[in-house]
Amino acid sequence: MKDENILNMTALEVARAIRSGDITSPQATEAVLSAIEEKDGELNGYIRVFGDRAIARASEVQKQIERGALDYPLAGVPYAIKDNICTEGIPTTCGSKMLENFIPPYSATVVHDLERAGAVSVGKLNLDEFCMGSTSETSFFGPVKNPWDTTRVPGGSSGGAAASVAARMSFYAYGSDTGGSIRQPCSYCGVSGIKPTYGSVSRFGLIAYASSLDQIGPIGRDMLDCAAALNQIIGKDPADQTTIDTVPIDLSAASEFSGKGLRIGVPEDFFAEGIDPEVEAAVRKAVHVFSELGASVTSFRLPIARYAIPTYYIIACAEACSNLSRYDGIKYGYRSQNAKSLSDIYVMSRSEGFGLEVKRRIMLGNYVLSSGFYDAYYKKALQSKALIRKAFDEAFVKYDLILGPTAPSTAPRIGESLSDPLRMYLSDVYTVLPNIVGLPSASIPCGFDRNNMPVGLQMIGPYRSEQTMVGAACLFQRSTAYHLRFPEKRGEDA
Amino acid sequence: MIRMTDIHEAPPEPASIGAEQIEYLEQLARIRLSGEEKERTARDLSKILDYIEMLGELDTEGVDPLSHPVTTEPVFREDKAVNDDRRDAMLRNAPEHKDGCFKVPKTVE
Amino acid sequence: MANFETVMGIEVHVELSTKSKIFCGCSARFGDEANAHVCEGCAGMPGTLPTLNRRVVEYAVRAGLALNCEISRFSRFDRKSYFYPDLPASYQVTQLYHPICKNGHLDIVADGKTKRIGINRIHIEEDAGKLVHDDWDDCSLVDYNRCSVPLIEIVSEPDFRSADEVVAYLEKLKATLQYLGVSDCKMQEGSMRADINLSVRPVGSEKFGVRTEMKNMASLKSIARAIAGETRRHIDAIESGETLIQETRRWDDNKGFSFAMRNKENAKDYKYFPDPNLMPVIVEEEYIREIRASLPELPEEKKARYIREFGLPEYDADILTGSRYLVAVFERAADICKNPKEASNWVMTELLKLLNDAQMQPEDMKFSPDSLGTILNMLTEGKINRAVAKKTFAEVFESDVDPVDYVRKNGLMQVSDTGSIEPVIREVLDANRKAVSEYLAGNEKSIQFLIGQSMKALRGKGDPQVVRDLLIKGLDERKG
Ligand SMILES: [Zn+2]
Repeated sequence: MKDENILNMTALEVARAIRSGDITSPQATEAVLSAIEEKDGELNGYIRVFGDRAIARASEVQKQIERGALDYPLAGVPYAIKDNICTEGIPTTCGSKMLENFIPPYSATVVHDLERAGAVSVGKLNLDEFCMGSTSETSFFGPVKNPWDTTRVPGGSSGGAAASVAARMSFYAYGSDTGGSIRQPCSYCGVSGIKPTYGSVSRFGLIAYASSLDQIGPIGRDMLDCAAALNQIIGKDPADQTTIDTVPIDLSAASEFSGKGLRIGVPEDFFAEGIDPEVEAAVRKAVHVFSELGASVTSFRLPIARYAIPTYYIIACAEACSNLSRYDGIKYGYRSQNAKSLSDIYVMSRSEGFGLEVKRRIMLGNYVLSSGFYDAYYKKALQSKALIRKAFDEAFVKYDLILGPTAPSTAPRIGESLSDPLRMYLSDVYTVLPNIVGLPSASIPCGFDRNNMPVGLQMIGPYRSEQTMVGAACLFQRSTAYHLRFPEKRGEDA
Repeated sequence: MIRMTDIHEAPPEPASIGAEQIEYLEQLARIRLSGEEKERTARDLSKILDYIEMLGELDTEGVDPLSHPVTTEPVFREDKAVNDDRRDAMLRNAPEHKDGCFKVPKTVE
Repeated sequence: MANFETVMGIEVHVELSTKSKIFCGCSARFGDEANAHVCEGCAGMPGTLPTLNRRVVEYAVRAGLALNCEISRFSRFDRKSYFYPDLPASYQVTQLYHPICKNGHLDIVADGKTKRIGINRIHIEEDAGKLVHDDWDDCSLVDYNRCSVPLIEIVSEPDFRSADEVVAYLEKLKATLQYLGVSDCKMQEGSMRADINLSVRPVGSEKFGVRTEMKNMASLKSIARAIAGETRRHIDAIESGETLIQETRRWDDNKGFSFAMRNKENAKDYKYFPDPNLMPVIVEEEYIREIRASLPELPEEKKARYIREFGLPEYDADILTGSRYLVAVFERAADICKNPKEASNWVMTELLKLLNDAQMQPEDMKFSPDSLGTILNMLTEGKINRAVAKKTFAEVFESDVDPVDYVRKNGLMQVSDTGSIEPVIREVLDANRKAVSEYLAGNEKSIQFLIGQSMKALRGKGDPQVVRDLLIKGLDERKG
């Protein structure tokens, strides 16, 4: 089979082809590696690519599959992982100069899970430095470009992950989502992704940005791939005491999900000022598809949404400033060559090792946690969080799913957002809500704007409702073709 | 020592970040900004904090702060010393080490 | 001095004697090679997460119940941030907002009076690492072995007015925690550390003076000296009109003076906030009941029982119950020899003397708990005499020998058969004519000398009563 044909398959199709002997895992891996070779020079989605190492791993997995020793649904399929997830013996940079040479002596729990499942890693994906950004421009290793238009950003912080899937440089990928870091790049790059219920996936080995919000999740070409990818990494982990028991998603049930009786709520607050009219139109059209498929669709008010951004940035920056205080140039990571005293080691290493956006958020976190301000900011944010939780609890009595836009616009041009951080923060307005209270959420492609840039539909469900969410998304993808378009085929009709 | 009085003090001033506050934040964060960064950060933080102030209008009277929305059964680790001596692996990333220890310039309390 | 009153509160940090650290599976053992007990978790590496040790909560609740505290059904962990190389994550996990125990008390006896000391709170936290200064290389070396070893911090109310009260409180606290088995409380090894918050005010004043916190006292004696020294410094400052500042100071026991600490201790802004990686600790009533039921008999109850059941003098009962390690030796010995008074006498005299001579604490004793009882049994059964018993006990104390073996191997069994003693007596009487004639002339004291000589000839093993009887008999024979 030709590389091009392999690359056009979904992850589940590749897995089936490997199982049936039509192709081999090394073949699929070679195909992905040559796609990376061809495109990543421009896109910069990868920080590190495992060439021979990936092939060797694929051959090993292939043998196990042939022996019948591996029958996981995605065994042998190449994937890539965001470079904030620790891989033993392999540098894990978090997109920062601070960790440029950090080689973790341990792997994340999800990495162990993936090894067990026979997944083949082809490399580590670029991201905003310490996930702080919504554009993947703040990486020490240079900005990632959007495969649909390389003058635009792919979104962030899992921009490398979304771009790699969109550009066929990986069959599926894992990112992490703190305030939209999986969903928003999925929206900008026209791919699907899930931010699971908080606690479904172990965070052990995920380099923390904001611990109460961070969650690892899959990005794929369609929702079924995402579900299969998510199933590989869920479960309670003794190394992460915030993990919960989770039931794997039933893929065949998801493929047969019916829209009849599905109750969908659409918060009108998500279409307030600031949303791009083309995005609004695409999202409303997608919602309409659901009602045509038998779902009941109701508009409702979610006024608490107004407080999402302030609540999110207080919590995220407070946790970040604490989580990032461990980077001090003593145990690992960057140490300034000019440091003479202990104080120099701290101040110079941190000042030289962190980029400006990271410094800005650390400063903001220090501000809200500093003496005397705790009540006014952090405690207030936790109270707001309680009210957000209450609002969702009430909404989910009436609705099975909440639908809306993933982002207020399509991908902006490179450089546009960096000049105005507040504007960049505001672009997270829809995605931060599920993180604040730990709800599952997904983004799937639902249209294109006049520049042919993808638009994303965000789904938010009650705790542990991934089955319903994936079912509804699969239903949508069985009825539409937005997810089938990819950059090379631009211009063709969906 | 922990003292509650250290924490609950006056409410914050209206958010406008000046040079003095930036300096204090630099000290708290152990980060020194360049002259240009300082200005930019002061401007950006003021803008962001102005926006965040909006939270002040939210009525949270009597609302219990929520720290962990997804709670589970309490989980514990059993008290067993299971880790091997992995000193060398732990020191491998250290910029400087000596005699099995992380090395820093001489520091006296 | 008479016009001023010292007001003190104490914060006691106690390392819990768990096998592993509070948040990772590293050993919590003291005294091993630097960084031998360090993993990615306690070294603060990126992406690592804490996993709470069940026993830490159990021990904290045990301590709380023994110190008459309310146990919080809901407690939670917070991060306290400061930059210092002993803290790899640059924050310490502690409990600021919701400590596990609150509002307890401990009754102490000082200056002959019983006084109730309020305990404000007990919270769980993790210990920090250690810096060793390398003068040769002009650098400091960081060891994370102690990092993340579990601690409880017991914070008293400002109820102390004298160093005697402070010392009595610390001794009682130490005994109680040792009874509970939650800590070995060794001040020299740093597993029990007391910081003293001290202020001075004119007698009769309601207002507290400026408070300073003193650290770095490695013994009770040093604490008493630190209190005297710091009180003096405060009074001098007040009398000469100098301003005292609220700060943390380090006591230098050699110089007899405290010095302000420069860095981390006086950082004002610890940026406390709840640790998102640790779930709240929910303690059920049932769990508290179980732990309460499992508490051992505590010093006070034990003391009362010793007086009541064994008829021990109050003073003895007080000393014995002052340490669970003395209690262990006493109770085992009393149990084996069925003579609590005798066992108590041996602990009170012999054992305390041995400890004192060796400059040791009761917790440092290493000998088998059965040994004293075995010795006392040999003594009552007449197998050894008192002198041999003492000598054997000293050997046991020194090198944990088996007392029966020791007595046998060294041939120390008491000789009481007249057949073996009589020839010796005859020789002694023959060799000491002078003493014999003195005795016969009416100086009865001379018999002591002759007994001594006989015991010497019997190499200490003679039954003193038999020796005496045979001597008198022999002397009587020589009268005529
Ligand atoms: Zn450890």
